[in-house]
This record gives sequence, structure tokens and C-alpha cells, in this order.
Amino acid sequence: MSTMIKMVRVLSAVATLAVAAPALAAGSGPHVERQSWSFAGPFGTYDKAQLQRGFKIYKEVCSSCHSLRLVKFRNLGEEGGLGYSEEQVKAIAAEYTVEDGPNDDGDMFERPAVAADAFPSPFPNEKAARASNGGAYPPDFSLLAKARAAHRGFPWFVFDAFTQYQELGPDYIYGLLTGYEEAPEGVEVPDGQYYNPHFMNGHFIGMAPPLSDELVEYEDGTAMTTEQYAKDVSAFMMWAAEPHLEARKKIGFRVMVFLVFFAGLLYFTKKKLWKNVAH
Amino acid sequence: MAGHSNYVPQSAAAKWLESRLPVISLIRGSFVDFPTPKNLNYWWTFGGILFFVLIAQILTGVVLVMHYTPNTAMAFDSVEHIMRDVNYGWMLRYLHANGASMFFIAVYIHIFRGLYYGSYKAPREISWILGVIIFLIMMGTAFMGYVLPWGQMSFWGATVITNLFSAIPLVGEAIRTWLWGGFAVDNPTLNRFFSLHYLLPFMIFGVVLLHVWAFHTTGNNNPTGVQPKSKQDTLPFHPYYTVKDLFAIIVFMIFFVWFAFYVPNYMGHPDNYIEANPLVTPAHIVPEWYFLPFYAILRAIPDKLGGVVAMFGAIAVLFVLPWLDRSKVRSGSYRPLFKQFFWVFALVCVALGYLGAMPAEGIYVTLSRICTAYYFAHFLIILPLLGLFEKPLPLPASISEAVLKGGSAHPAGAVSAPETK
Repeated sequence: MSTMIKMVRVLSAVATLAVAAPALAAGSGPHVERQSWSFAGPFGTYDKAQLQRGFKIYKEVCSSCHSLRLVKFRNLGEEGGLGYSEEQVKAIAAEYTVEDGPNDDGDMFERPAVAADAFPSPFPNEKAARASNGGAYPPDFSLLAKARAAHRGFPWFVFDAFTQYQELGPDYIYGLLTGYEEAPEGVEVPDGQYYNPHFMNGHFIGMAPPLSDELVEYEDGTAMTTEQYAKDVSAFMMWAAEPHLEARKKIGFRVMVFLVFFAGLLYFTKKKLWKNVAH
Repeated sequence: MAGHSNYVPQSAAAKWLESRLPVISLIRGSFVDFPTPKNLNYWWTFGGILFFVLIAQILTGVVLVMHYTPNTAMAFDSVEHIMRDVNYGWMLRYLHANGASMFFIAVYIHIFRGLYYGSYKAPREISWILGVIIFLIMMGTAFMGYVLPWGQMSFWGATVITNLFSAIPLVGEAIRTWLWGGFAVDNPTLNRFFSLHYLLPFMIFGVVLLHVWAFHTTGNNNPTGVQPKSKQDTLPFHPYYTVKDLFAIIVFMIFFVWFAFYVPNYMGHPDNYIEANPLVTPAHIVPEWYFLPFYAILRAIPDKLGGVVAMFGAIAVLFVLPWLDRSKVRSGSYRPLFKQFFWVFALVCVALGYLGAMPAEGIYVTLSRICTAYYFAHFLIILPLLGLFEKPLPLPASISEAVLKGGSAHPAGAVSAPETK
């Protein structure tokens, strides 16, 4: 057995170093404060009420500039999501208008969205989006929570593989949304930009502070603060980026239990088989 | 291989088949009755683990292809279609993406096991060379596979790597255009990478069979490096090593699924969730972790062509390793000096991986150069000289003798704790 133990020791040392190297990738990003999320950890699940609140914020605030092109209305009613019923999903979809066609006359036409449609984008293309936003391009929300390369640095990234910390994306988004500040003295903020030390590409961001207290009406009694809004919309964005997270963790646990049990059986089988062999 | 089987067909059907195509005795000779040294430790299970990962990659890959679209306008969205709409598509893709990393983790352990125990030495040179060929094809396959999702790192990684070929004098530019199928990384590039990414794994499979054929002809190496002398030294592959390898494969799978199900994006780069955009260069273009040591060697040389030569040289040197190491003793367990240099070399390789992820500036450049120099010195200077000056420990007369004495048949830690078993 001592070989095995030694081996595990060497392997874990080498593997973590080798495996974790990309997380090291250079770049001194902003400091990202860790938040607590219901979907973190091996048994994490989405908080349906939170996702619904986050969706409300997306709908009423963000969606005027940010698209969500990979998410379809039907996703809102799917397992592991926001928990809407089929009727609710249809009603939500019907509030949107999408372009369809061409019809028999060869013309494009508009119609209310159905569950199978994707969220329509606020701008027809990137150029139009930039033109309306002072040259800045509001990124699509579908994958944003997985697409922001904030860095944990050494040695934290090594531990992350074991502690399963992978909520850097929503943490970063939360930090950004709540990170607007008065520019310190002597710092000239360019026209049409805002000071936010939590922004990844320098301290100036083209987006005006999007959230403020009491901006969106919550009906379930949740605090209507900027922090709470930021938290809820970040959770919603994580769901949009990883809609099957709950199923993944649930199946993952079953796979683990099976493999550990199977490995145990094999270990004893192997031990018995080799009992009379000096090796 | 078939020669190792004492299989005699019993049933009429088996006799009929065996007299026409002796496939039963071939399989029995290779994977059932095959005499295997009885002292193989767990480092030897990585061959079986690699075979498992290769099959897993091919299976998940074949299903992923049923849903993927190799077109620059649709590739990114088709991967997201797999992640969102295909039943268990997220599982297939995460297993496949993490499977690539698992493949490299296992292959690096397998290679270093070979380096430590001198598995490349006569008579196993061909096994070793075939292994290096597998490693090369693996790197090509992994690189092209990473391009397929058509994210930012896919595109810019492909751009950086294909641009390396333009460093070749005279024909470099032409080769690069030929690789691209145009004048930039674009749809033709994606299409050919997709085609080759599907083809190469089957080539790997073929070379793996040759690799196994070669070391089944010479017999396995073992932790003592002493050839089996009698039947006492070996065991039939089945059930002894089938069960041991399966146990190791399942333990490795626990490690694998931890990543695939719990931290599936840990080894990927977040920028690859942004669709490829030829007009926006990412702040830092980093290759996948398993290429980082070679990336560090590439950047360590201040000249573009020199860097490319050094990078490919780092692998090319492995081909001639069997003739660079002049020591007659195979196993590092009986080579007190070699053993120390081996661990220094392993550390240097990990350091190169670290440096490959760092920006090419300041102290990192200096360290990369030192490590690169050491990498080559290990093969070209240290190993040949060790063979001349090192005084190896006395070898056991046989595997059985080594096993009964205990101790030195174990890896690394054997020095500090010779009596543990």
C-alpha cells in the first residue's frame, strides 16, 4: 500500500500544479469579492424565487441594451430553472414581438413570441448596438457568467479545484454592478464613461450605473436594494449560462457514489486475488 | 503475442474460427495469458488508463459530431445547442473537454514513468518511439479540437500556432497559407481542423496497437528493470492485471468526473465562451495547460525561427533518447545519481509549465531560458555523462529476488524509507 500512498501524494502535487496552470494565466484583474450563492458547492441548486427576481431585473432594466440570444422562452419553464408553468411561459413569451417570415407574399412580418422562440435582441446588429451606446457594445448575457476571465492567482486557484469554487463569474458581475464609485481626486473620467474599479478593462466603463435602490418593484417582500438587485440578476445570469447546473451536480453525485463503491469492491477483489503473490 | 497462449479450441465453432483466423488465441495471448512481471507498481496502470481515456474520447466525440456544425457562422452556437438542447449534451461535452486534459495528465505520468524506469532502453526503443509518435498526434488532435468551439481562444490560439510555421525560411509563408486554406484562419481552416480532429484519434488507436505489439514482443519493463528470468517472475495478465488495471481506471475516473461534473470549466479559459472575433485580440492568448511547457520553450528563444526549432526539438530529442542515455542499467531505482537528476528534470518541466502561463517579460523570460537550457542539457549532456561516470547499485539477480528482499523495487520514496512495503 505504501506505494499507493506515495503515489497519491506525488500525483496530487504534480496534478494540481500542472492542471491548474491556466488559471495562473497572466493579468492583474480587479479584486473579486466572494459572495455566497445557493448554486455553489456539490449540492448547489438555483433559488427559483431569486432567478425569477433576477429575470424581472433583466426584463425591466438590462434588456433594453443587453441581448440574451441563446436562451429560449421555453427554458424559463424547464426543470432546474425558474419554475414557471407552461401557461406562465406562454404569457411571458407573448409579451415579446419577434420577426418571422417571409410569408407567402415574400414579406417579413412581426408576431408575438411563442415558447420556442429565443429572446429577441434589443439591437439588430453590433454596429447598431454601438451606435446607440456611445461606441460601447453591451455584451450578450447568455454566457457572460462563464466568460469573464477574472483571476484568482496563486495559490488560490490550486485550492479551487478541491473546494469547487467556480462562481468567479457571478462574483465578478456582482462586484461590477455594485462597484461604481466617485472617481478619486485627480482622476479624469472621460466623457460618457463612468468610474468603476471593479471593471476588468481599466477603471472606466461605458455603462451608466444600471441599478439603484427601489428601481424595480419586488412583490415577495425581498429588500429592494442595489445589492439585492445585483445579486439576483447575477444568479439569473449564471442560470442563463449554465441552465443544466442542477442536473449536472445531481448526476455527478450519483456517479461519484457509484464509482467510490465500485472502486472499493475492486480494491478488495484485487487484494484477495494478489494475497498469495509476493510482489 | 499469440505465441504466449496455450489456448486449444474446444468447441466446434471455436475450432472452425481458429483454423481460419486465429483471433481467439491472439487475444488470449495478448490480454489473458500474456506473462507480465509480477512486480509492476501502480505507475504501470497508466497504460490501461490511457487506453480507457482514448476510447472514452472517441465515443463521446462521435456523438458530439452528430450535433456539431463545422462552420464559422454556426460552430459556436452549435456547441451551445449541445450544451442547452441536446439530451445530456452538456455531459458529453464536459466529459470530452475534460477528457482531453485527463488524457494529457495520464500521458505525462506514463511518459515520466518510462523516463524513471528506463523503459526506453534496449530492447524497447521501438515501443518508446511509437509512444512519442502517439504523443505528437495527441498534441495535434487536442490543438485542433480546441479550435472547434470557435471561441476567442480557439481562434487566437489557432492563429498563433499556425503563424509559427511562417518562421520556416523560404517556404514558411506558403505553408501557412496552405494550412489555413486561405489568407487567414477562417472557415476552410475550421473545416480541415474538424476533418483531422476526427481522423487523428483513429490513427492514435492504430499506433497504440503497434505500441502494445512492440512491448508485448519484448515483454514489459518492470520497476527493477531486470528481465524476467523464469516463470516465477511473471503472472498471467488476466486476472491479475485486468483487475488491478480496472481498479486503477475506476480510481482515475473518480478524479476525472470530479472535474467533469463539479468544476467542468476549471481547465478551460473563460474567453472561449466568447465567440471568435478576428477584430478583437484577447488580453492574453494562452494555450491549453498541457502545451504550456512547450509554449515556454517557444518563447524563451528570442528568435522566432529559433523558438519554433527549440519547441519541436524538445519533442524530437525524445526520439533519440534511447541512444543518449548510455547507462546499461534501466531502472532509476538502482541509479543513485540519475534519480536525483530525474526529479530535478521533473521539477524543471513543471516550472516550464508555470512559466508558459506567465507573461513573457522580466524575470519570467530569464527563468524560461534557464529552464529551457536545463531541459535540453538533461538529455544532451547529463544523461550521456551519467552513463559514463555513475556507479549503479548492484542489480537483483531476478524479479523474484528483488521482491523477496523488498525495498528498492519501489519508486522515488524508496531512498528515504527503504524498508516500507
